[in-house]
Amino acid sequence: MTHTHKRILINKLVMTLSTLSAMIGISFLFWILYILVSNGVDALSWAIFTEEGAPPGYEDSGLKHALIGQLMIVGVATLVGVPLGILAGTYLSEYGQKSKLAETIRDISDIMMSAPSIVIGAFVYAVVVAPMGHFSGWAGSIALTIIMLPIILRTTDDMLQLVPSTLREAAFALGAPKYKVIIQVVYRGAKAGILTGILLGVARVAGETAPLLFTSFNDNFLNTDMMEPMASLTVTMYNYATSPYEDWQKLGWAAAFILSMFILSLNILGRLFIMKKKGR
Amino acid sequence: MATIVEITEEKALQVKDFEFTYAGADAPSIQKLTMPIAKNSITALIGPSGCGKTTLLRSFNRMHDLYPGNKYEGEILFKDKNILTPKEDLINLRIQIGMIFQKPTAFPMSIADNVAYGMKLQGIKNKTELKDRVEKALTDAAIWKEVKDRLRHDASGLSGGQQQRLCIARAIAVEPEVLLFDEPTSALDPISTAGIEELVVELKERVSIIIVTHNMQQAARVSDYTGFMYMGELIELGRTEELFVTPKERLTEEYITGKFG
Repeated sequence: MTHTHKRILINKLVMTLSTLSAMIGISFLFWILYILVSNGVDALSWAIFTEEGAPPGYEDSGLKHALIGQLMIVGVATLVGVPLGILAGTYLSEYGQKSKLAETIRDISDIMMSAPSIVIGAFVYAVVVAPMGHFSGWAGSIALTIIMLPIILRTTDDMLQLVPSTLREAAFALGAPKYKVIIQVVYRGAKAGILTGILLGVARVAGETAPLLFTSFNDNFLNTDMMEPMASLTVTMYNYATSPYEDWQKLGWAAAFILSMFILSLNILGRLFIMKKKGR
Repeated sequence: MATIVEITEEKALQVKDFEFTYAGADAPSIQKLTMPIAKNSITALIGPSGCGKTTLLRSFNRMHDLYPGNKYEGEILFKDKNILTPKEDLINLRIQIGMIFQKPTAFPMSIADNVAYGMKLQGIKNKTELKDRVEKALTDAAIWKEVKDRLRHDASGLSGGQQQRLCIARAIAVEPEVLLFDEPTSALDPISTAGIEELVVELKERVSIIIVTHNMQQAARVSDYTGFMYMGELIELGRTEELFVTPKERLTEEYITGKFG
């Protein structure tokens, strides 16, 4: 075998191996989607959206309570986490810059991003749930806000730093005060990136179960009082899926399907924003 | 000592014993620089890289203040007032002394909003007035015909040369007294460059212009006065035609004949 032959052979071998590995990796994604869709679509019905939880054996049981609870818990977390995260990211990029304080915040925020979410749940349990004496929707929102914050803070910081400094200088050169430079020029330039960060941050917390288990806990019926324990899709799914009753398990699949579709669409939306930005 | 020609015109700016030190630097980047800037004329600043010409230019609108720790000494007089004092109102100063950058800096907004930006900052809210002044600025910047049908389009869709003229329109829309150009054509093709040069010459009827350029031909083509800087000092300031034909200083001669640079 000549040297060239050997080289071609090795090349083919490496290509086949890497292609195969990629196929295996992606096949899991499609497998998951297949299982979710086949079980989830089967379990879907109007009652899912119009009925609350019911004891096993009842026909008219649904996930309305969990859907509304989920929206409220994640909604409040988003309303608090997004402005906080954007403002903190603005501080890092526009004011703190390379200062010691800013770099420390960046480091801490990176560590927080990889903190196990169950630990954050335990923390909120200790400082909110235990003193209050009971689980509540608020506690769930607080836990999700803490998880979301570093994601939004860091993407905002990164995206603002991508805005060329000459653009800031040009606005200053026209006599703009700093806050106007940030709001009218820098934010505009980083709009798509920040929006992507928000979507990915929301998508991340929307799928959290562990921190909700001992903060917002669960409720089998509709409750819109954030002071009380609240149902969420994730915890409901966990409870139903691990129950021995077949109709509850079906509801669990439906919850998994709805949740996945919601998070998938947030991710796709986020990617579309990135693509649109690059396309310009 | 620098050779400085007598300026017959009124003066737009007067630099006196000016020194500038960057944050953390041991030695000043500009030393004891004295230089008059003629009104309604074009003064070009030339010199090798690192000679301090851009540093000097960015001192006229106190751009260095955006980064902490930079230090000014001496005086730059504008309307008989030293603009280097700590209590100088920088917003007001930058409205009167505008700047055009090396790379076009169109804001991420529509063409019309870009031009209106400075006027809106000054509190002009009247829609008709804004519209009229946007049109006038774009006309004066010789770009109105190209953009009049797409004023609401994003400015990022314009070519580099068009964006640079848009930036000039944005700067002149607020009617400044002085315009600072920091190598405004170094990122542009020859045709766009010629367009910008023509525009700069037209503008001097209304504003005093200081232009930093790496391109000596450009300085010779557009400017009335040329200042040659070397290692943080002004070596010679002369009428452009005289400085390029009969330089008084040996260093100037060596630079313009290409012996170093």
